[in-house]
Amino acid sequence: MPAAGVVLIVAVVLIVLALVYFLVSTIVALRQITSGLDEAIGAVGEIVEKSAPVEPVVKDINRNLDAGVDLLEGLLVKKAGLEDSMGLVEGLYPGSAAAGLRNFPDSREIHPPRISEVYTKGTLTLARLGREAPIAAASPSGSVLRNVEGGSLDARMLYPEGRQQRPPGLPRSPVIGTGAPVVYPPSEQRGGTTPDDGEIREKGQWAGTAAEGIVPAELGGSDAPRETLAEDPELGSEALGETTGSEAPATDTGIDRAGGDEADATSDGGPDVPEGGEPDLKDAGAPPRQVDT
Amino acid sequence: MTLWWIGNVVLLVVILPVVVYLLKGVLDAARGIVPSVRRIATAAQAGSRDLDAVPLLLTTQEQVKQTVEVVANYGGSLDVIVDDAEEE
Repeated sequence: MPAAGVVLIVAVVLIVLALVYFLVSTIVALRQITSGLDEAIGAVGEIVEKSAPVEPVVKDINRNLDAGVDLLEGLLVKKAGLEDSMGLVEGLYPGSAAAGLRNFPDSREIHPPRISEVYTKGTLTLARLGREAPIAAASPSGSVLRNVEGGSLDARMLYPEGRQQRPPGLPRSPVIGTGAPVVYPPSEQRGGTTPDDGEIREKGQWAGTAAEGIVPAELGGSDAPRETLAEDPELGSEALGETTGSEAPATDTGIDRAGGDEADATSDGGPDVPEGGEPDLKDAGAPPRQVDT
Repeated sequence: MTLWWIGNVVLLVVILPVVVYLLKGVLDAARGIVPSVRRIATAAQAGSRDLDAVPLLLTTQEQVKQTVEVVANYGGSLDVIVDDAEEE
């Protein structure tokens, strides 16, 4: 074979070897790409599957929140009026009144009144509650709500201060017992409640007598002057007791109302006995002997 | 014979380098894709793990519903006990 033929064969072999090396390497790289894409596709499939229910759930949440916002905005505007509402919003979240209320486009054009500088939140709430509120009770005409000085003073008086300055003498706290600022004479109330006119009409004449006291003071009742009573120190109010003035039961369990209005201590009282249980007769007396009868 | 030698020289000096250059370009491109695909797979798996908390949305949905119901009841009560604003 001539030398040129040998060189040609060598050149072809070199080209083939180069082709084999690079193509095999490319195949290996492409297989790695395929494997990576399989993993990615699997994970993307999980993402699609997991995120599928998100949209309806989020839409439902947004729908409920929208309903809540509509409700609160509507209630606020209905009760406080649009202008005062914007003042309240601005007082609670400064700067937010500029955004306005979602369902009231006109609210963006309202200059919010500076409500928070005159009324505190609690005072305004109490005032809105009506005549029972401390502020409104002091001024049932309602003008105090628009009276800056009166509203501010009443607002400040609702909160404790370090050194009590206003009013100078606060009424005493409620006291129970002989030192109480309001003590009912025993002839007016000694056990149970003092019957009113309706109860007297319903129960009859004896209830009216009870309202006047079983033993009036002028006849020597327990609230008669001490000098007219017999010397019996045991008959003080501590011994006679007094009503609690409360409907709260005196014991932890309260009154067993299982028997209704016909409850009887002999039938409804005592411990709960299981059905079919034998009565405990060990303390029962023996019957008389035949010869004794 | 001279032409044969010229052909051999062209084959070794021109054709072989061009073939090697082109194949190496394909191989480099394929190898460059591999790390990118691996990063995509890792990110997709992380995204899938992040979505494991999606079922909690059902709890959120229920709690939002209950909260709005409470707000509605509270608002209804306020509507009854609080006077409406005076008409301007």
